[in-house]
Amino acid sequence: MDWVNAVIQGILLGGLYALFAAGLSLIFGVMRLVNIAHGDLIVLAAFLGLTVTTTLGINPLLSIAIVAPFMGLLGYGLQRLVLNRTLGDDILPPLLVTFGLSVIIQNGLLELYSADPQKMSAGAIETASVGLPGGLNIGVLPMLMFATAVVVIGVLQWIFYRSAWGRAFRATSDNQDIAQLMGLNKSHVFGLAMALALVVVAIAGIFLGVRTSFDPSAGPGRLIFGFEAVIIGGLGNLWGTLVGGIILGVCQNIGAQINPGWQLLAGHIAFLVILAIRPRGLFPRIDG
Amino acid sequence: MSDVILEIDGLDSFYGDFQALFGVSMQINKGEIIAVIGANGAGKSTLMRSVTGLLTNKPEMVRFGGTSIGGLRADQIAAMGIAMVPEGRQLFPSLSVEENLIVGGQSGRSGDWSLDGVYELFPVLAERRNQASTSLSGGQQQMVAIGRALMSNPDLLLFDEISLGLAPIIIKSIYEALPGVIGTGMSAIVVEQDITRAMDISDRVYCLQEGRVSLEGKSDAVSRDDISKAYFGV
Repeated sequence: MDWVNAVIQGILLGGLYALFAAGLSLIFGVMRLVNIAHGDLIVLAAFLGLTVTTTLGINPLLSIAIVAPFMGLLGYGLQRLVLNRTLGDDILPPLLVTFGLSVIIQNGLLELYSADPQKMSAGAIETASVGLPGGLNIGVLPMLMFATAVVVIGVLQWIFYRSAWGRAFRATSDNQDIAQLMGLNKSHVFGLAMALALVVVAIAGIFLGVRTSFDPSAGPGRLIFGFEAVIIGGLGNLWGTLVGGIILGVCQNIGAQINPGWQLLAGHIAFLVILAIRPRGLFPRIDG
Repeated sequence: MSDVILEIDGLDSFYGDFQALFGVSMQINKGEIIAVIGANGAGKSTLMRSVTGLLTNKPEMVRFGGTSIGGLRADQIAAMGIAMVPEGRQLFPSLSVEENLIVGGQSGRSGDWSLDGVYELFPVLAERRNQASTSLSGGQQQMVAIGRALMSNPDLLLFDEISLGLAPIIIKSIYEALPGVIGTGMSAIVVEQDITRAMDISDRVYCLQEGRVSLEGKSDAVSRDDISKAYFGV
């Protein structure tokens, strides 16, 4: 029964990893930008959630309503003022600039919040659970996170394939010059994509801060999980990213079940094995 | 003489350090169809990129309806009413036929052309509206590219090598459709390797040679000899 439990918990954890990864996947898909600061932006969102929660005295899950729009605006501004200038034929400048951004965010948070680990408390929902036959208990909070991940990815998928924004994202991703000829200002389109990605980052960051403790240096670890989920699932495929997150979560929990020290290692090994067998991931987008 | 819609005045265009156009000057009047011919590398595509804003130049080198647009971005120029059917069609592969057309109308200019109008012009596209644009034949893709340009209801429409890579019978039917497209008061610049087609459809012709205008005249007045000279520089 312990093994079944490990798998179920792993699946639910995978939802959180998929949330870490979705924004990363979106940004790479639209503008071929690898955002090294993605994990730090998740942690930034968690700290913002902490500030909002303590200032207003509300449940951290409700602080999403304030942090998400703020992160969206921040994303738009960041893209227009900084990141757009780095995009071009050379892939190195965006990597270097987002790496620098990562350092700045980590040290800024260290200065403002100190290095102490923080945690947000969501109240009774954190310990509430639902009993299943066979003596299994599933936490309400992990289920809520998983359900949110599914909804977020469903909404992103809808935006990407059914809305005017998504049409602009795909057209610009296909051919920036021709999209510009059609009257799409790529700087604005990229700004919108980053805004959307950071709204997802805000949700991921708050959930991270409720689920576990976090500190200013926690970002790069989340970035790795996000990368791994994206690569396992296949670049440019959002549902694949969810599956990638689930595989990562399940492997980590099975590893921990064998030996608690093997949790992270098991996830990384699963990632490397999949990368070796299917270099383009399990469900790569079919394109020319 | 009728109003000038596009005026190109001493245009020098560069790709980095490489100069592709040297002091090119042209006028296109309202409702007129201009052909631009020239050998490979003569600067035809550079000219198109300069007019549409994919290459930026000194603002006053390109004027559209009296406004200097040489320094504007392509999306700003598109919103002012210049559209292009690019060389090699360049449809968006991730978008369906209909989505390609809708993106063409993104700039929100009002006018006669709409999805229905394009489907009336090219009925085969209506049947295939939900297919991936890459699943169409070359000729049908060219129809999408033309429809996509029309969707913005442009005042000036540029056609860059629309016969390239298409079967002769398809080229014929595309050119037969063009008068119905341009006849609605639009002006057009047709860039073409096929000189006979270019001369048949246009009012006036400009020939480019190594980045300079080597010939300019009424399409029915210039002789084959003049064109050969201007084309090859012999």
